[in-house]
Amino acid sequence: MKGPRALLWVCLAAAAVAVALASPWASFILTVALAKGLAALGVALLLRAGLMSLGHALFYAAGGYGAAYLARWLGVTDLLLLLGAGFLSATVLGLFTGAVLVRYRAIFFAMLNLAASMVFFSLVTKLYNLTGGSDGMPLPVPTMFGLKPGQGLFYLTLACVFVCAGGLRRYLDSAMGQGLGAIATNEIRLEYLGISVNGLLFVNYAISAGLGGLGGALAAIAIGHVTPELFFWTTSAQLLLGAALGGAGSVAGPFAGMLLLEGVRTAASQYAPLLWEMAMGLCALAVALFVPQGLSGIVDLPQQWKRAVQ
Amino acid sequence: MLTPIVIDGLSDAALLFLVAVGLTMVFGVLRVVNIAHGSFFALGAYAAITLGLWAGALGLSQALSYGALVLSALLVAALFGPLTERLCLRATYGRGEIAQMLVTFGIFLILDDVQKLVFGVQERQNDAPLSLLGVCNLGGIVYPVYQIALVGLAVVVAFSLRWFLRGTRAGKLVLSVVHDAEMARFSGIDTAKVSVAAFTFGVFLAALGGSLASPITGAAPGMSAEATILAFAVAAIGGLGRVEGAGLAALIVGLGRAFAVYYAPAFDRATPYLVMFAVLLFRPQGLLGVVETRRL
Repeated sequence: MKGPRALLWVCLAAAAVAVALASPWASFILTVALAKGLAALGVALLLRAGLMSLGHALFYAAGGYGAAYLARWLGVTDLLLLLGAGFLSATVLGLFTGAVLVRYRAIFFAMLNLAASMVFFSLVTKLYNLTGGSDGMPLPVPTMFGLKPGQGLFYLTLACVFVCAGGLRRYLDSAMGQGLGAIATNEIRLEYLGISVNGLLFVNYAISAGLGGLGGALAAIAIGHVTPELFFWTTSAQLLLGAALGGAGSVAGPFAGMLLLEGVRTAASQYAPLLWEMAMGLCALAVALFVPQGLSGIVDLPQQWKRAVQ
Repeated sequence: MLTPIVIDGLSDAALLFLVAVGLTMVFGVLRVVNIAHGSFFALGAYAAITLGLWAGALGLSQALSYGALVLSALLVAALFGPLTERLCLRATYGRGEIAQMLVTFGIFLILDDVQKLVFGVQERQNDAPLSLLGVCNLGGIVYPVYQIALVGLAVVVAFSLRWFLRGTRAGKLVLSVVHDAEMARFSGIDTAKVSVAAFTFGVFLAALGGSLASPITGAAPGMSAEATILAFAVAAIGGLGRVEGAGLAALIVGLGRAFAVYYAPAFDRATPYLVMFAVLLFRPQGLLGVVETRRL
């Protein structure tokens, strides 16, 4: 990580902590936004390889339900255990679906992911005795080593964000991560180099599922409830929107995108409760039409202008 | 036992076909996966119900509510078709699925709130078209005649669309753009104009689906999300861009859902997506889709 960028991250973290200390309400909003940002980061990881998943809500929801089941069946309330359960259930699910789905590309990949998530949505809604149906399931107030964590969930989320973002940065800079961009550009050439494109995508898919599960578990614990709506396609589309809004080009992008979306949603629900969807829709249109690179593209704009002038 | 299942399945298939046909046509012509499709479907339903109720309140003949079904679809198409295509979609052509998805999802979100603002959040219903035709008795079970007539209507829509695309000059222009947009442009076809017309026609089909379905389904918030996802399932199973495919897929899903309701009720909602997953796994291009050669 280069100097100025590291400094930026530190400043962001300090700002987040300051806001959270100022009001517990803001720390809740931040926790949920950052948790969704983790899931959006997973979506962005697939976007990097040129794959659009219209069903990533599957892993986001699996994370939440995984945590909820651990609490329901074993009575566990420990924050880290719940988080681990959510992460594991999404990752295992990702290994299974990924093994099948990484063979597909473009719209077919998007549609198959969509179908998988909608199968789960329909079943979770219907199998009332097993899943709580459309009422969903409650999650307990979490504990940390037997103590009440207070703001602990927020700091844990922040830690997850930094660990994941840092780890992912290294992954993307590695030979494997570089391969993702190559898949988007020309995967046949990559195969000619002797690299298994599907193998690469499989690892990538599993990581992105794990990130989705982590985000889903954090959000579910913060909210204290899971419902089948988490599996619905609009959740997937929102994650995709957050990733594209922030820009899939950088690790920070999806978090920035989700923070903006949640900010818009919170502001709109405060001042114009009937219009929050419209506000989000306008965000989506503005980004797609005017800033195709996303928010992280705005950061690069001065450089592009400089180049254009030269 | 079999007769009611088949009748339920067929009338469900008719509804599914009406939901999906516009989506699949727009994809065929513009290569745009239109997430906002369900919004136009819902707007068609709301408009039909509102117009029908107005006609009733003004004391006009109840039969006019059938006219309202088509008129409302025309209105929705005229209001939203050219606007959406010119202002939003045009900028995304050739920019890949992600940009398209963002734009159409943005429109979907905006129209969702437009619906709530204009039509409120209460469920709306106008059953005049349903009650006017009365009921009939098939195999000992009473059905509204409209529900049965809808199967015929879906077949009429399917065949007129086929005739329009294959038998008329306008349709052939559209098909030539589908087949090879670049070549069509070289032959002097104004592809931009064809795109606007085709998208507006797609919005019309979506809204018509919604308005024809509205006497049975009513209209309520959340309808657009439900319609979009069902349309995606049916269109993907049949092969995106294939109108006949959408018909076949609607039949399979409709009958499948009807059988599921009777024999495995827990799975009725999952049926479309289970079929979708299974079909796409083995035939990613859909049942009647054509494999496109991969461009290097």
